[in-house]
Amino acid sequence: MSRFYLALGGVAVACAAVLYLLVRQTPGAARAAAEPPVAVADDGFRGYTLGSDAAPIEVTEYSDFECPFCANFAAIQMPTIKQQLITTGKVRWRFRDFPLPSHQYSRFAAHAAQCAGEQGRFWEMHDQLFYNHAWAQTGKNPAGLFRDFAKAAGLDLARYDACMESGRYAARIEFSRQEGDQRLVDGTPTFFVNGERLRTNSYGSDVFKHVVDSLTARRK
Amino acid sequence: MRHRQAIALLAMVGLFVALYLWLYKIGVAGELKCGTGACETVQASRWAELFGVPVALFGVVGYAVILGVALVALQPARLSRRGPGLLLATLATGGLLFSAWLTYLELFVIHAICRWCVVSALIRAAIWGGAVHALKSDGRTGGRAD
Repeated sequence: MSRFYLALGGVAVACAAVLYLLVRQTPGAARAAAEPPVAVADDGFRGYTLGSDAAPIEVTEYSDFECPFCANFAAIQMPTIKQQLITTGKVRWRFRDFPLPSHQYSRFAAHAAQCAGEQGRFWEMHDQLFYNHAWAQTGKNPAGLFRDFAKAAGLDLARYDACMESGRYAARIEFSRQEGDQRLVDGTPTFFVNGERLRTNSYGSDVFKHVVDSLTARRK
Repeated sequence: MRHRQAIALLAMVGLFVALYLWLYKIGVAGELKCGTGACETVQASRWAELFGVPVALFGVVGYAVILGVALVALQPARLSRRGPGLLLATLATGGLLFSAWLTYLELFVIHAICRWCVVSALIRAAIWGGAVHALKSDGRTGGRAD
């Protein structure tokens, strides 16, 4: 019997050692993508959009990928909004980055989404980052996890890695943040409907439906 | 007794496999080492969580419970009793069915295979085989139900 407990202990130690080796090897977050750029450039980009260009109403969302409220909104409210307002052609949704300074990996996540956008998969990466939001609660370097999200989103990983390493969208993200500052965005998520800030106590899909319905009725 | 020992050893290995997948899911483990498989596709799918809880955590708890019951069942006073064997077989059957459902999702819904999940499914199957065998042996040797 004691030989059995010795064997069990041996298996536990061996498994723990393997687990340690598997867990400790995480690639570092590319600094170029994680830090704010020295120079901010306007490359003419004004955010990825969902919905028809002909939609009469545009909602602009200022969001932070590390923000738990933004993740809740994306996972719980956004599917209904997509179904009721975006796919029906009533609304065009515009996503703007507003990385909060208190969040360590916001810029890195925003950059990962931009790198996915470069390959035509911004919204797929957006969903991966928000639907699997546990990374934002650990404080651990999420670089490896984001690569997995990129793979799950169908990205070419070599191009993704090169994009993240270059940090080429850092200036674009900072431009978006400064744009938010100018529009007095003070938290995330913040929404503008046809250019006017939406002020409400809750950001449920029913609020957006109500606002869009009243705007549509006014236009008739 | 040998079956229960084998179950304990297998549950110990399974516990670490599930622990790794859980640590990955909560962002602690970094990149998932998966070889040529599609672990990240499976882990990033909506099926990787059940009622808002990572599926891997169910695995951690499940293996820990089986390991605990197997160790209790190995105590000299309980070796001849049929109750612990019955409990192990019940837990192992539940685990096997859960694994079978996850494997079905991988093959026919997600269309991706996670190697670690396959390893876990094989361990579950082996634990189930051991538990059923142990139960039959208990029956032959006239183990008492407690």
